[in-house]
Formats: sequence, C-alpha cells, structure tokens
Amino acid sequence: MVQAFIKKGSFQDSVSLMLISKKLSQIEDVSEVSVMMGTPANKSLLRNTGFWNDQFDEATPNDICVGIKAEHSDIDIVALISEKLEESLKSANQQKSGSRLLKARRLETAINKLPDANLVLISIAGEYACGLANDALDHNLNVMLFSDNVSVADEIQLKQKATEKGLIVMGPDCGTSIIAGAPLAFANVTPKGNIGIVGASGTGIQEITSQIALHNQGITHAIGLGGRDLSADIGGISALTALTMLSNDSNTKIITFVSKPPAESVRKKIIQAMQQIDKPIVALFLGSKPEKMQDKNIYFANTLDEAARIACLLSKVEQAAESVPSVKGRLIYGLYTGGTLAAEAAMLLAEKLDVTTSSSHDKGIMLDAKGHKIVDLGDDFYTVGRPHPMIDPSIREQEIAALGKNNNVGVLLIDLVIGYGANQNPAESVIEGVKQAKKLRTQDNPLIVIATVTGTESDPQNRTEQINLLKENGIVVLDNLPEAVLLSCKLIDPVCHNQTKSEQPPLLKGVSVINAGLRSFAEDLQSAGIAVIHYQWAPIAGGNPQLANILKKLR
Amino acid sequence: MKYNSINEANEAIIERIKEARPHWIGVKPAKEAVPTLQQGYKLLHAGPPIKWDDMTGPMQGACIGACLFEGWANNEADAINLLKNGKVEFIPCHSVNSVGPMGGITSANMPMLEVKNMPHGNYAYCNLNEGIGKVMRFGAYGEDVQQRHRWMRDSLAPALNEALQLFENGIDLTAMMAQAITMGDEFHQRNIAASALLLRTLAPKLAQLNRPKDEMSKIFDFLSVTDQFFLNLAMAYCKAVMDSAATIEAGTIVTVMTRNGKDFGIKVSGLGDQWFTAPVNTPEGLFFTGYSQADANSDIGDSAITETFGVGGAAMVAAPGVTRFVGAGGLDAAIETSEEMSEIYLTHNPMLQIPSWDFQGSCLGLDLRRVVETGITPLINTGIAHKKPGIGQIGAGTVRAPLACFEKALIALAEKMDIKG
Repeated sequence: MVQAFIKKGSFQDSVSLMLISKKLSQIEDVSEVSVMMGTPANKSLLRNTGFWNDQFDEATPNDICVGIKAEHSDIDIVALISEKLEESLKSANQQKSGSRLLKARRLETAINKLPDANLVLISIAGEYACGLANDALDHNLNVMLFSDNVSVADEIQLKQKATEKGLIVMGPDCGTSIIAGAPLAFANVTPKGNIGIVGASGTGIQEITSQIALHNQGITHAIGLGGRDLSADIGGISALTALTMLSNDSNTKIITFVSKPPAESVRKKIIQAMQQIDKPIVALFLGSKPEKMQDKNIYFANTLDEAARIACLLSKVEQAAESVPSVKGRLIYGLYTGGTLAAEAAMLLAEKLDVTTSSSHDKGIMLDAKGHKIVDLGDDFYTVGRPHPMIDPSIREQEIAALGKNNNVGVLLIDLVIGYGANQNPAESVIEGVKQAKKLRTQDNPLIVIATVTGTESDPQNRTEQINLLKENGIVVLDNLPEAVLLSCKLIDPVCHNQTKSEQPPLLKGVSVINAGLRSFAEDLQSAGIAVIHYQWAPIAGGNPQLANILKKLR
Repeated sequence: MKYNSINEANEAIIERIKEARPHWIGVKPAKEAVPTLQQGYKLLHAGPPIKWDDMTGPMQGACIGACLFEGWANNEADAINLLKNGKVEFIPCHSVNSVGPMGGITSANMPMLEVKNMPHGNYAYCNLNEGIGKVMRFGAYGEDVQQRHRWMRDSLAPALNEALQLFENGIDLTAMMAQAITMGDEFHQRNIAASALLLRTLAPKLAQLNRPKDEMSKIFDFLSVTDQFFLNLAMAYCKAVMDSAATIEAGTIVTVMTRNGKDFGIKVSGLGDQWFTAPVNTPEGLFFTGYSQADANSDIGDSAITETFGVGGAAMVAAPGVTRFVGAGGLDAAIETSEEMSEIYLTHNPMLQIPSWDFQGSCLGLDLRRVVETGITPLINTGIAHKKPGIGQIGAGTVRAPLACFEKALIALAEKMDIKG
C-alpha cells in the first residue's frame, strides 16, 4: 500500500523535487518515495507509476504530493518522511555560492580572461612543461617553472628566449618566489620591506624571509631561480636577470643572494655583476666558507640566519639614512663615555674606512685618521678631578657644542649608558649639547647625531624613555654599534642620497598569474588577494601527436 | 579556396551567423515543405543516416506511429512488417533542410513549421511540438497519440498558418529569443518564456480567425500548456542559421550536430555535406519516479542543432531553472558549464545577451579545432526517452558529444587541405 501525505501551499520546481525524491528514496525504512507537485499531469504520473493515494484527489498544483512505498515498517513512516522532506526543502533553499576561482582550459582563454597576466606559474608534468613555457614566452609572459624533469638543453633555450624578450624564467624546479606580495608556490607571508632576495634554493629563500620577519624587517621580492641556474651549463642566466631586476627596483635597497656554491666561472660572473650594482648585497654561497667578510658592496655570509641578520642590519641603516638630510661635512666624530664602546666603534670605523686605529689611546683617542676621530671621554685624561662622564656628562656636552663650529664634521657618534650608577638623565645633557652645536650650523650643513643606548627597560632611567627623548630632538638612535658605524659611513658617502632612477621592471610592479597545474597554488594566490586564473591544463588533443601536429598547421 | 586562411573563413561564417534573421512564416504539410515526401513510403528521421535494424526503441516506435498515421498500415504488426521489409525509405531530416526532435520521424502529412532566414533567403523546417508524456517523438504511437497528430494536422496547423499570414513577414524569432534568454530560457531544455512570448504575439491574430469557438479554445488550451512548443521553432531557427553558414564551404566551424540513437553525426563548414560519426553516449540526469538510468535510451534527436548554434547546454548559465540537471552546484555549476563551453566556441552572439553571465552573449561558432585541442566536447541538454518503444519521456539531463567524430573530421580536413599530421 502507498502511504501518502500532502504539504499544502508550497511550490517547488520539479527539479528540486526530483532531487528530493532521490534523496528520500535512499532512507532505509522505505523502498521508494515520489515527491511531486499536484498538477494534473503529475497526478496521472503518480497513477501510472503506482504511487497513487486517494488523498491526492484534493491536491492542487500548489501542493506537494508525497507517495511512499514501504514494506513492514513498525515506525510512523509518514512522520519520518515528512520530517526529512522539511529538512531537504530547507537545505535546497540554502545553496550558497562561494567566491569562484577564475578558470580556463586554453592559454589564450586565460589571457583573454586575465588580460593583465604577466606570469605563468607552471606545475604540470615535466615533459610538457617546456612546451607550455615556450607558449607563455611567445605571449610575452614571464615564467615560473615549478615543474622539474626539464632537460638542460630546454632550460638553456627557454632562458635565452626569455632574455631576448626582456623576461625571466624562474626554474625549472623553482619552489619558491614572492613577487610584489604574491606567494608563488611554496612561500611565506612576509612583511613588506626593502630587502630583495635572489635564490637558487627554495627553502633557503623561505628561511631567510622568515628570519627577516623575525627581525621585524621585510622584503620587496624574492626571485627564485631553480637549483641548476648557477651551474656551468646554464651560466646563471636567470640569476643575472634577477639581479638586474632588483637593482632597477627603487624599493629594493638591499639584495640578498642565496645559493649552493656555483660553478667557479659562474661565481665570478655573479660577483662581477653584483659589484656593478650600487646597493649593498649579502651573498651566501652555502657550504663554501667565505675568504673575507666583505668585498666592496658585497657582504659574505656563512649561514642563512647570518645572511638574514646582515640584510636586516643593512635594511635598518638604509631606513635611517632615508630619514635624515644629506650632510656636507665629510668627517665622522665619535664622543663616547664607554671605553669599550669607543674601542669597538673605532675598530668598526677603521675597517670601513680602511684606516688603522690608534694604538696608544693617548687622551682617550681611539681613532684619528684622515680627520675622522673617535674619543673615549672616560679616559683618565678627562676624569682628573672630576667625575666620570657617565655620572657627570657635562664634559661631553661641551665637546658636542664645540663641534658646531667644526663645519667639516658631518656625523657625530655617541653612546648613552644608563643603569645604576649612571646619570639620572644622560639624554638631557646630549640634547643640550646638540642644541648648542646646531645653533652654529646652517640648514645645508647639518650635524647628524647617531646614538646607541646601553641599558635596559628595567633600568631606573628606562631605555625607551631615553630613546624617545633623543629621537624627539632629532637624534638618530640605532640598536647597536655596527648599525651606527655603517650609517655614519653611508652618510658621508657622496652617493648616499643619489637614488638611481631606472625604469622599474614591469613584473615587480605587481603580478597577475596564470596558474597551470596544481590548483591549490591558484587558490593560495587568490586568498592572498592576487589576480589569478587557474588554467586547467591538459595535453593538446589528449596527447595524440598526429592530431596535435595537424592542429598546429591549422592555426 | 575563396579564403586565405581558416580563420578568415571562420570569420565569414561568424559574420553570416550574426546577420541571420530567421522569421516564422508558415505551417505547411511536410510533403509541401519537403517535396521528395510526395511519392512513395518515405520518412524523415533524426541524426545521421540509419537503417531500421539499427534504430533504437523510440525511433522505431515513432516509425510505427507514422505508418499508422499515414495509413500505410492498419495495425502495429503490419507497420513493423512494412518497415522490416525495407519498404520505407529513410532520409535524415538534415539532408532536406529540416530538423526533428528525438526520433525526428516526420511523414508526408505531418505539419511542419516553416522558417525563412530573411537576409539570406534560405528556409528550414521542423515538425510541431506535440506536448509531453506519451508522444510520438519519444516513441509512443497509440491511439491517443494518433488522435493528437490528426488534430494537429487538421486543426492546429491550418489555424497557426492562417494566423501567421496576418503578420507582415511572419514573426521575427531573433527578437523573441533575445527576450526569452533574459527570462531564463536556453532553448533546449527550457523554452517556457519563449513559448509564452510566442502565444502572447499569436493570440490577437488567432482571435481574428473565423473558426469555431470550441476549436479555437482547444488550440489556446494546447498552446497554453505546451511549455516546449518553442523548442521546435528554436530548432528550425538554428537550422536556418547554420545552413546559411554552411554555404561558406570553408573553415572549421561545426554546422550540424545530431544523433540517431546509435551514432552522433556532425558536419563541418569546410567539409561540405560529409557526415562524421561516432557512437552516441547515453544521457544522464534526473528521472521521473519509477524510472532509472537503466531505462534510458541512448542519445537521440536533431535538437542538438541548438548547441551547434551555441544555445542549449552552452547557454546553461541563462537558465537557472534547469541548472541542477548538471549536478548539485546550482548556478555555480551552470556558470562553470557555460565557461567551459566558451572554450570551444570562437565568439559570443551579441543578439542573445545573458544577464546571469554579465550580459555576455551566448556562445557562437563551435570550432572543430578547439574541441580536438582541448578534448572538451559539447554538452547537450536533452530529454531522456525510455529504451522501449511506446513509453515516452522518462527524465531529462545532459549528454556529451563523442570526441571521435570531431577527431575524424579534423583528419579529413587535414587530408582535404593536403596537410600531413
């Protein structure tokens, strides 16, 4: 017997009801359920299919008729189905559409749908990757080849083609790039900053970027190369392109380069190219111990974290340099109250300026070369009959004030030592001296004062309060002596504020990505707010070479 | 070749399709529309050429129905004898400027819709929609079916023809379809808006006819409940357009897609009248209660001419009312479907703008090369017939054209153009 019920006054389209019929028929206690609107045509269908129940006589086209075939059931089957019907109707009306991922099945379609696309991220099988990369280059699109198993010959051909067209091929086997904030394949969410990265090593880039973030600094771009780019065969074609791109990018102030040790010939080429760039570069050739720490603008690092640390130091110095006016006086003076601080400053400065420190320390003079001078005001010479300048800083106050007259001095390095035993407010004295000095200076010949603070937040004077006082009075405060010395040297360098003005590489202005291969890469890009289209790649003509060849000729 | 390149030829075809303006100008007996039907036992059928033995249930059922309707046999057994003994000649509708839904069986005295493509002057024909349930196109042939066909021949067709003559140049179907696509029709699975617009246009003229009130009332009743009445007009429309496009005789645009229950057949602009066939697939979809996939007949009918033109499955996004036939995704799935289809069509039809597709036009210019390149085969929205003759429609769903016929055509084109693969 057919059990039945009618749900009055609830119109549903027939497709919804067919779907619901199917769903309800799967319930264990029934053999089949038919759910239809009570139209005359449907009523005759209910009759013909054996679902008739006389209740349906009174159903109108606006009522839902439910016929149930069930054998030997000891539960109230009508109540059960009625409940399930309500649930189904509710969920049928709650279908939501999420944000759709843009998709295409042909490269041309992808380009049409995303006309601004400038990069194709390829993660398809290696044997097809080269063909697609060539197509992308033909359409003037940059390429990131995540795919591996691409031959050396193909890699050379692709990279040469890219170079001729002013494009870059990252990879093959390139796992990581972050360009203009776009995470390409394996990448970390990294703060924006001024450090650009070139890396043949994917996880190397990831570790450096995350270390940079740990130091509260950020990156402009990280350009991946793939592991083979620096081999003798490939000759670092993409590494050179990437270095040029970053050197032309005005937002990138520091470049960090990471790779395994390159072929010697390639290493020379890379170092030479780096020396042509008027930006500091941190180079890490993993596993090859650097002979020296610095060669002109290149800083050699030994480990990933060291590379990141040096880059961050340079980054902070760059930011500080941008915040101060250019100086006219080309001499650096240092007036220190701490003897060891003076010694380290002298050592660092001597290294930078390629001069030697004073060995005698006569009158506390730790360095006196080419007019640059670092003095330890805590030397016995100054403390005869008066307290140590850490307790009574008035002697430094006078020395600072006197520098106002010495127009050749552009940068003054000082320390501020706080803590038990020290002066209650050493910043006050420094500020007073600087004020006096500045009175004697004109705007086009400023005296830039760079301070480091020795002491903690818990000290009676409070580190932050002292720093804030200094900053409020135009004094630059850095974290440590290497930063302070680097900045001072940078400021007396005549090219310090001469920004190279070259055209920013188009790719670095922002990427729009055509993603061919792994769908999750496209979803990641979309969730990062990057314009992306997922190209559902498949081999031409299903991989049939005869048909593919015909298609090529029928274009 | 008149054209310097395939792309140039395709451009010319697209231009011609865009220019086409088919009007519904009349209803006439098949033997007048298709003069070859005047002599002998001849039946038009859907799809590429087929023999009686190879026909599936619905088409065989319709053949029996047509023999009875024409009076060539007095009963089912006699009709089957006649058909089995090869006494009846079968002609594909497509070979005589015609199309027919499902079985597509059309005989001399069945009425046909006449459509004229005004700028190019060519005609296309299609039989009349008989409504739903037990109908001849799905293979039913019983007395109720016969009765309806006689009524259509004697009453409905003459009245419609008479009313049409009261219009100057008949009814402009492009304008009507442009409106209906914004109202949720894709012209294959769903024609309810177009059918309603059509009745609205016809009504004042029908009312002017000097015919008995009860006859007119029956006609109005029929037109008011026949939701798919416009389908047959849409088919004739698409046939008129694609026949006109085929006169370019070059390029790679598919001008015919059709199925006879056994084979799927296509024709391509650059390959003239040649059929390229491959075995049909079986539609999948939703079934009326009591029926299941196991009962479904394999793909059949000339109605895929709508997808050839670029509506139907390709315009799924226009018809939210039928979108769930493609799966549970609703509108999203419909957008996906139309987006996928737009990969294999060369352009969009500015005449048929789809609101739910940001007013992009429906697809236009199905390119053989694109199909083979991507492996994306046209998706066809279709009714599902019962395998056995005499039962009729049991559901509706979608089916894909088989890739092989496109591959065969591509190879043939390469040979014709002396290109070696």
